[in-house]
Amino acid sequence: MIGPVTLGHYLSLGGVLFALSVIGIFLNRRNLIVLLMAIELMLLAVNLNFIAFSHYLPVEADRMAGQVFVFFILTVAAAESAIGLAILVVLFRNRSSINVEELDELKG
Amino acid sequence: MDSTTALFYVFSAVLLVAAFRVITARSTVHAALYLVLSFFSAACLWMLLRAEFLAIALVLIYVGAVMVLFLFVVMMLDINTDSFRDGFWKHLPVAGLVGAVIAVEMALVLMRGFNVQPPVITAAGAAKVAEVGNTKMLGIEIYTDYLYPLQIAAVLLLVAIVAAIALTLRTRKDSRHMDPSQQVRVKAADRVRIVKMDAVIEKPSAPVAPEAKP
Repeated sequence: MIGPVTLGHYLSLGGVLFALSVIGIFLNRRNLIVLLMAIELMLLAVNLNFIAFSHYLPVEADRMAGQVFVFFILTVAAAESAIGLAILVVLFRNRSSINVEELDELKG
Repeated sequence: MDSTTALFYVFSAVLLVAAFRVITARSTVHAALYLVLSFFSAACLWMLLRAEFLAIALVLIYVGAVMVLFLFVVMMLDINTDSFRDGFWKHLPVAGLVGAVIAVEMALVLMRGFNVQPPVITAAGAAKVAEVGNTKMLGIEIYTDYLYPLQIAAVLLLVAIVAAIALTLRTRKDSRHMDPSQQVRVKAADRVRIVKMDAVIEKPSAPVAPEAKP
């Protein structure tokens, strides 16, 4: 019978999610937008770990620290995706393509 | 198996299936929509972990703002996605091996090593959570112990705003518009040109004698 959900269940779920996004980066190595989405999935897995640890912490007083970290990670991830999409728009305007394999010049 | 355990497995299954569809979807729009679904399932999982504020913030910020931005960019750019699919499954053996090894190793370590039961919620703790609430506790932490990191995060967001606008701002060459800085810096010498020249005096001409009519 399936027992109660332990901390290991949540951490394993985060690990599987991280592995899936690594596979996604391998597979979609040409489409820059899906690469950004895979990075978002990675950050989601990390956030899941933080919240699981903060919930299963035995000391009640320290329990909010993990959630505060998730708050900051969300901020950084939002900024990252906004700047990433802005770079992508500029890139598409200059090159008319977002194929990663064509981006092999430093000077555009 | 109580309802919390059942909900954990349901949300986890939805999350993993949605994440798998994100990385394998043929259309980028479909990938973005499946990413919305995976964020939503993750928010439900965070609810199970009693992180209510962050769950709602995930839905509002990610599903509401970031994913709409993604969809906006995907639909704005005319991307030919067919060429991306050439040799899509070529790297699947290596990628699948790496991913499976990561997942299996982590699961082996984590399921044994972190066999932690849910914490026993004492009566005092439950009363405190019920009285104060998750959002208020998070707010107290952020605005007391983590005030300095919060300011840095705010500056980071400002930098992101400025960077995103500065990257995508484009002035059109063909539009006729005023440049305020040039208007302010203009001098009288630029507008009026004073030409020194002698006065032209028109001499009165002699009266012409009336011609005789034929």
